[in-house]
Amino acid sequence: MNILKKNASHPSEKKTEAASKGTKKKDASHYISAKESRAIARSNQKEVRALEKFRKRKNVPETEYLTQMRDKNNIVEFEDLHTYFFTDLGVSKAVNGVSFDVPKGKVVGIVGESGCGKSVTSMSLMQLVQAPQGQIVSGSIRFDLGDKAYDIAKMPRSAMSEIRGKQVAMIFQEPMTALNPVFTVGYQIDEVFFLRNKDMPKEEAKKRTIELLNLVGIAMPERVYRSYPHELSGGMRQRIVIAIALACDPKLIIADEPTTALDVTIQAQILELLREIRERLDSSIMLITHDLGVIAQMADYVVVMYAGRVVEKGTAHDIFKHPLHPYTIGLQKSKPVVNHEVDRLYSIEGSVPNPINMPSFCYFRDRCSRASEKCAGEYPAMIQVSETHSVACYLYGEEDK
Amino acid sequence: MSEVILRVEHLKKYFPLNTNAFGKPQRFLKAVDDVSFTLERGKTVGIVGESGCGKTTMGRTILRLYPATEGTINFCGEDIAAMKASKLRKLRPQMQIIFQDPYSSLSPRLPVGELIGEGVKEHRLVPKSEYKDYIIGIMKQCGLQDYYYSRYPHEFSGGQRQRICIARALALHPKMIVCDEPVSALDVSIQAQIINLLRDLQRQEGISYIFISHDLSVVEHISDEIGVMYLGSMVEYGSKRDIFDRPLHPYTEALLSAVPIPDPDVVNKHIILSGDIPSPADPPKGCKFHTRCSRCMDICKEIVPEFTDCGGGHFVACHLHGGGNNNISEEPEYANA
Repeated sequence: MNILKKNASHPSEKKTEAASKGTKKKDASHYISAKESRAIARSNQKEVRALEKFRKRKNVPETEYLTQMRDKNNIVEFEDLHTYFFTDLGVSKAVNGVSFDVPKGKVVGIVGESGCGKSVTSMSLMQLVQAPQGQIVSGSIRFDLGDKAYDIAKMPRSAMSEIRGKQVAMIFQEPMTALNPVFTVGYQIDEVFFLRNKDMPKEEAKKRTIELLNLVGIAMPERVYRSYPHELSGGMRQRIVIAIALACDPKLIIADEPTTALDVTIQAQILELLREIRERLDSSIMLITHDLGVIAQMADYVVVMYAGRVVEKGTAHDIFKHPLHPYTIGLQKSKPVVNHEVDRLYSIEGSVPNPINMPSFCYFRDRCSRASEKCAGEYPAMIQVSETHSVACYLYGEEDK
Repeated sequence: MSEVILRVEHLKKYFPLNTNAFGKPQRFLKAVDDVSFTLERGKTVGIVGESGCGKTTMGRTILRLYPATEGTINFCGEDIAAMKASKLRKLRPQMQIIFQDPYSSLSPRLPVGELIGEGVKEHRLVPKSEYKDYIIGIMKQCGLQDYYYSRYPHEFSGGQRQRICIARALALHPKMIVCDEPVSALDVSIQAQIINLLRDLQRQEGISYIFISHDLSVVEHISDEIGVMYLGSMVEYGSKRDIFDRPLHPYTEALLSAVPIPDPDVVNKHIILSGDIPSPADPPKGCKFHTRCSRCMDICKEIVPEFTDCGGGHFVACHLHGGGNNNISEEPEYANA
């Protein structure tokens, strides 16, 4: 635990300093000299090694990562999570202090543009962040196992394999890359059962696989069982990926852009399926997407992320009916809506800041139309506006107090 | 304003699938099967459909990047489909294309100035002395800073690259641009910037667009007329309001209802289509949509519906709406009711 804390602030500060020095000398913003890059790489290596060593320990007593849930109704609680990528250009703070909860049996939608850290947040929960350069640096992810709770941020990798795939399952974006092209679909689903119970007879596994295929709405499951992924269409493949995720009755399903690669009509089918499954199995879903429409139709709670931080969170009603943060408002206005004509789309000017060289003030200030002098100060803290709704913006601080 | 830039009539594009021993094709993949529409100056025709429905192939065939199998493409009064290559070359600057993926459509080895000016040099539009000023003028028009001139594509984000692609098309002062999913690879906030840019350029220069996309909300925003494609055929074509307020074809209805609306209070009455889009190599007999249609009749399985006018330039290919030529006059009233 101490190692985690100690590393949290130390390496990042040093590197941003080095990086900013480089940018001052040469005015090109991405430029960094080979010498500086080497210095960064060396110090990174030190940090990464310490973190890797911590992660790779064997026979860690359970007490070390045993923890208490803040609220019994939550399945996962993220608290001040920091996940960094130690690159040779500097430390990229992909997730920079993210806190939110996933209540039991609910759908939490995470929205944001590409690179805002929504996928890295979920990968941190699975401990699947690209190691060694990607590391959970500090914070905690409390996961409720029913009788006890674990802090995933402190768990060693060996212990994590007991949770991954069994308690938490993931549905990936590209169904073609998520499936192995050289094995049959049936084999890939059976595999999950064997992982859990090595002595399960083959017939039993097959029977349960066919059941699962029926559950995810595949016609002719017997035939699909014997076919290879390339023989199936995109929608079918995504159903298979969902079946694999469901094979172990997970408590939490992470759906990382499950419909982005699919057509609208197929997307409607898959969303319908996810809704059905949620009702039938009563598991929680963390739905990650950049499509506000999908979120509005699926999610109970919404978390809006921008550049590695949560800018606003609340119930779906809060976010869509009373959006507060200028980014959330801009995001909603910039998407054309069917049967709702506007002459000109609202557009948020500029683009997301470079994650290696994050400013100290609000990350959205430079693109914000309502920025004031106050915004030059520190990054705004999360302000509770109502019981469920909170926002990180200076615009709303005073009204509350 | 009603000057017709492009008139496509009965356009077909077949790809041979397998050949017999003498090299003669036996089976065809009908990627584009009998598509007709017209495009006016300064207007936008949106083409929507699922992946594999032939939208991209159609766009490319119109530019004769693929030779057309049959049909005519009348561009500014001349038929491109049967034109000699040397003559076509002179017309090329007037028709341009913007591709979907800005990451793979720019050569990584050329700086931005060269990329944008490639076509200008090739067609000798501008004298050498004015070349640089001309390119910088175009770049400014597309929202690119002039010091980007000597930078390389890898230094830019997706939105900026798409601006470069647009500048490259614009540099030749085209009359028509085929936009093949220009915003699908971009983030929502960047999408809005690019769509606004395309609209501004259209107003300034009077360019016509053929806007191909699978995103109905984007197509609705930018288009004047919309064509809905399914398995290579156009199933419905009409003005934007016709398509969105009075969709006639069951496929259009299903497509519209499948679009998620960003409002949690709206209970979407999804018409969920069962099954997948059939293989275009082996399309169903009769109406191509009958396998997934909820209102399928016996006639749909046998006879291909004709693409008929239901009044006011609203075309539909469906037996429910006079596809069999029996009650054309009654149908528009029914549709309005």
